[in-house]
Amino acid sequence: MNAAFRIPGAGRLSQAKTASFSFDDKSYTGIEGDTLASALLANGVHLVGRSFKYHRPRGFLSAGAEEPNALVQIVRDDARKTPNVRATVQELYDGLTANSQNRWPSLAFDVGAVNDIASPLFSAGFYYKTFMWPKSAWKNLYEPKIRAAAGLGVSPDKPDPDHYAARYAHCEVLVLGGGAAGIAAALAAAETGARVILADEQAEFGGSLRFESGAKIDGENGYSWAQAAVAKLKAMDNVRVLSRTTAFGYYAQNFVGLVERVSDHLKSPGRELARERLWQVRARRVVIATGAIERHMVFANNDRPGVMLASAARTYLNHFGVAVGRNVGVYTANDSAYAAAIDLKKAGVNVAAIVDLRDNPSGPVIDEARALGIEINFGRAVVSAGGKLRVSSMTVQPKNGGGERTIPVDAILMSAGWTPSVHLFSQSRGKVAFNDETKRFVPGTYAQDCVSVGACNGTDGLSATVDEAYAAGAKAAKDAGAKTGKGIKPKVDASESWSRGMLGAAPGAGPGTTVKAFVDFQNDVTAKDIRQAVHEGMRSIEHVKRFTTNGMATDQGKTSNMHGLAIAAEELGKPIPQVGLTTFRAPYTPVTFGSIVGHARGALFDPTRRTATHGWAASHGAVFEDVGQWKRAWYFPKAGEDMHAAVDRECVTVRKTAGLFDASTLGKIEVVGPDAAKFMELLYTNPWEKLEPGRCRYGIMLREDGFIYDDGVVGRLAPDRFHVTTTTGGAPRVMHHMEDYLQTEFPHLNVWLTSITEQWAVIAVQGPKSRDIIAPLVEGIDMSDEALPHMSVREGRICGVPTRLFRMSFTGERGFEVNVPADYGEAVWEALWAEGQKHGAAAYGTETMHVLRAEKGYIIVGQDTDGTVTPNDAGLDWAVGKKKTDFVGIRGLARPDLVAKGRKQLVGLKTKDPKVVLEEGAQIVADPKQAIPMKMIGHVTSSYWSENCGRSIALALVAGGRDRMGETLYVPMPNGTIEVEVTGMVFVDEKGERLNG
Amino acid sequence: MAKAAAKTNAASPSVERRPALAGRAVSAAGVKVEILPPAERISLRAPQASLAALSKALGVTLPAKPKTSATKGGRTALWLGPDEWLIIDEAGKDPLADCAKVSALHSAVGISHRNVAISVTGPAAAVTVNAGCPQDLSLDAFPVGAASRTILGKSEIVLMRTAADAFRVECWRSLSDYVFTLLSEAASDAAN
Amino acid sequence: MLLIRCPYCEEERPELEFRNAGEAHIARSANIAAESDDDFEKFFFIRANPKGVIYERWRHIHGCARFFNAVRDTVTDKFVMTYKAGEPKPEKLPGASK
Repeated sequence: MNAAFRIPGAGRLSQAKTASFSFDDKSYTGIEGDTLASALLANGVHLVGRSFKYHRPRGFLSAGAEEPNALVQIVRDDARKTPNVRATVQELYDGLTANSQNRWPSLAFDVGAVNDIASPLFSAGFYYKTFMWPKSAWKNLYEPKIRAAAGLGVSPDKPDPDHYAARYAHCEVLVLGGGAAGIAAALAAAETGARVILADEQAEFGGSLRFESGAKIDGENGYSWAQAAVAKLKAMDNVRVLSRTTAFGYYAQNFVGLVERVSDHLKSPGRELARERLWQVRARRVVIATGAIERHMVFANNDRPGVMLASAARTYLNHFGVAVGRNVGVYTANDSAYAAAIDLKKAGVNVAAIVDLRDNPSGPVIDEARALGIEINFGRAVVSAGGKLRVSSMTVQPKNGGGERTIPVDAILMSAGWTPSVHLFSQSRGKVAFNDETKRFVPGTYAQDCVSVGACNGTDGLSATVDEAYAAGAKAAKDAGAKTGKGIKPKVDASESWSRGMLGAAPGAGPGTTVKAFVDFQNDVTAKDIRQAVHEGMRSIEHVKRFTTNGMATDQGKTSNMHGLAIAAEELGKPIPQVGLTTFRAPYTPVTFGSIVGHARGALFDPTRRTATHGWAASHGAVFEDVGQWKRAWYFPKAGEDMHAAVDRECVTVRKTAGLFDASTLGKIEVVGPDAAKFMELLYTNPWEKLEPGRCRYGIMLREDGFIYDDGVVGRLAPDRFHVTTTTGGAPRVMHHMEDYLQTEFPHLNVWLTSITEQWAVIAVQGPKSRDIIAPLVEGIDMSDEALPHMSVREGRICGVPTRLFRMSFTGERGFEVNVPADYGEAVWEALWAEGQKHGAAAYGTETMHVLRAEKGYIIVGQDTDGTVTPNDAGLDWAVGKKKTDFVGIRGLARPDLVAKGRKQLVGLKTKDPKVVLEEGAQIVADPKQAIPMKMIGHVTSSYWSENCGRSIALALVAGGRDRMGETLYVPMPNGTIEVEVTGMVFVDEKGERLNG
Repeated sequence: MAKAAAKTNAASPSVERRPALAGRAVSAAGVKVEILPPAERISLRAPQASLAALSKALGVTLPAKPKTSATKGGRTALWLGPDEWLIIDEAGKDPLADCAKVSALHSAVGISHRNVAISVTGPAAAVTVNAGCPQDLSLDAFPVGAASRTILGKSEIVLMRTAADAFRVECWRSLSDYVFTLLSEAASDAAN
Repeated sequence: MLLIRCPYCEEERPELEFRNAGEAHIARSANIAAESDDDFEKFFFIRANPKGVIYERWRHIHGCARFFNAVRDTVTDKFVMTYKAGEPKPEKLPGASK
């Protein structure tokens, strides 16, 4: 069954393929190929939304992406509820469910419409003027209310179940816009063999050829020509044709963002299909062929449902086969609306009258309209539209005043002329120029390797457009290095005229009037609002825009900017170019967060790095913590243990017998070359030249300013080979820092750096039994204290696998770090674990590692230091080579502030109550009774419960700390002040005997 | 030059090798993504003067031109920087041992276990890689044999084109899960 | 995303492969330990931050890993030219704004 307003024989859709859908819970039938807008119009539905501020009833203004009114919510399921979808671009699919927005309780009766009656209260700048005092009301009253009233539609409250794809692409010629101009340019470029991408936001190519019934190219109807040309392009290997694809952003060096809507038009898209695909295209040349957008007439109540752009009515008729009314009026200031009247008349729709602001225009379309018997009124204006939920009449008056006449109509088709779509050109940082004769901004100075063609370039007429575009396409390909093509330029046989028109308020809505003549439909800005902004002192269009919000809605003023500018210019008494045009910014139309995020969500949001032993740890109950991108085993609770119980047990076991710890994430850099020691001398504070091969040293790296940058144990494997370790978090930046100095300050040194962090899995075996655990598995290394003393390194084998075996300790116990090639890491761990089990060893995680090192006063860079701590501050002066004449940071260390007295120094803290564990980051004061704000003399950097000590322990940075040994200091906390005693940093085995214990 | 941890022939491993993601593969229309078996690898650094000697010892001429590689006898040398090559040996021979014999100035560091290799093959291979790699992967800009360190999503990779429709992606071991997952997801979109 | 010409790779590569490394042509003194406080301040803390042409260090960190020098116009955000580390500051700039 045909919908009431579908005209048999009109349009290009196959009427056989129906699709049912619902709007506000009412069911309708449309046709495949419809947009939601055309399907609703076919059913006679014009009222589809309520405006943002005044809640005025609204219908369809356009048939495209510029739509400011018909914003609806598309609901697929609980998680897929997309608000603010333009019904004019949403393609219909069977089962589509749409709801209107910004109304309660219903679209026809909306309580919020009281804002319309109370509109004098809501004039321009309303928010700025009204919600000013009392100040406290902002937080409690105004902001919550404004937030509740702001925005349209409802956000889904579940995670987006769709997935989004992304792709980088490169081409010689990118053509933006698939109308006659874009297609002609793409043909010319493609024929040269250059890589071409042609993108258009619509489902079908053709642009205005969709409605321009008078166009003829190469002997064919314009739309048919477009389809054939696109089919030809699609068949070429060097061309990629993208429909439903919006170029939303034009960035530096011809980098253009495109969003392709892959499955929003499908009834039930397969899971394998992305919802949208982001294309990041780098093009040598860009051809902008984005056409022009028709402007509305600015007159009273021009927002009533049924009042729409003339080209939209033509599109609905000529493409979708839908009549937007049965008795339409036309209000125009140029020729192009006549074509709409003629097309509708020929389709059997009554055209009540054409009202033309011009005094005495002439031309073939006017003659044709007259010949069809359509009433034409020159020199007259529509001063008001009647009706509320739907337009019911238009009131016509001579433009200079006089008697009114009301003509009943059910739709008004309007055209104030065409605005070239310079959005992308402007985004490319091109400067527009105002053409005084045609009253439009067109591309002026180019900033990038691009060219505008056709209507967006201010080129009138199809013939001139195709000529210009074809030549530009060929030139773009040639400039991008392609050969000359052998194609034949399309020949335009017939076209229509789009030139001229008017800007600003029409008669009846001009200066002195207060009618609601809308300039910006989406943000409810009227001609009066713009004039008011000027009266209140706004001089620049940028200020007028912000004061009135004209052009600031999601449609970015596609239909409103030029009218707003003209009204402001008139009120200011200045020519338009002096008032300026606001800057166009990306995105051209709204872009979903999903398409920007692309693949980078869930597991792909950020890499999760796991060590070789991760599987073993997971299967042995490890709880993991995030350390940068790494997952590190935090602690290994046994059944019934909480974190504290597990950590206490692990800490005690390591000191009593032994523990195994995965230290693989530590950064590792192999420093190789004859000048390796010289380089180490320059990058670390310590002396290295005399370190024997086979021995290790704890090294400190500074920045040039003298502050600690990183630390780690370094093993000398050979005279020209060092195995350097860094902190886990510092690995990449230390490598970068070392490369920086090597390449740019010390390029004369023959030495090279290679990251080996991931080459070696590192298993720390620490505790009195550590040697007993390792020794049975090792070949070729003498494990005696004489042959392998503390701080030494040997190469040999473990479990038959090559190893770099370090004897070193971050626990204060006898300890080893077993480096094995990463793929063997887990199996060697298992072998060591099996040995360890014989001795009662435990696996321990990062928390126990932290506690054990704190018990020994070993610092962690980045926890106990913060980028303002020198080696002396940290009690590590011994690691600075006193005889050295140069190393990075040597001069910084001598800066006056760094040698001054009273610097914060790292010390130990013991709470007077041993059971109290301080909070890391807590501030320290000398006198708790002083007035607030107290003088803070330091802060706690590390704090733990130490089961081995039977009490809490802490490290802290305290001003003049080392001179305060034994002093009582105070840590004020919300629940009371904690007394602490300043102590040394070593809480266990001060003499260091356990290293060989 | 000092010898790196040279392989002694003393013992064979008594424990198994567990390469990351071993055997994983994903097929989609037009493209297959799979983890490649382990290979011997070194990072080779050397000045111009040493290249002839090293090329001779390695049995493959170290390429001097940016973004290129050379392959001979199962061994590939990829130009990564003006003094840096990635040597990949898939024939089971140890390039570290070969370099150890060279007295000319150089640095050779074993990184066999640092990297994981993933192959991306099929007509949609380039599109798959381009889901996360911003380089122009047309055959003109990135011909067969081209090799480069670059970016894939949020990971650094080394990319080499092994055939018109085949790439080898090398990444660090702990990033292989991310890189493989991204390539797999990209593969499912690549033919569309 | 900018394209940056790497003087070692001899081609333009995407910005994602690069990292900025601060102002160029600030040499570390061979005898830095003897530098006066004022000289050290100039060397370590003081940077030009001009409006217009700036000489910078960049690193092709996810490419050939080399540091190199670049001339960039901070007004247009365009790279004027790039050259290898260690090469002198170019005397003539192609097509730079004044």
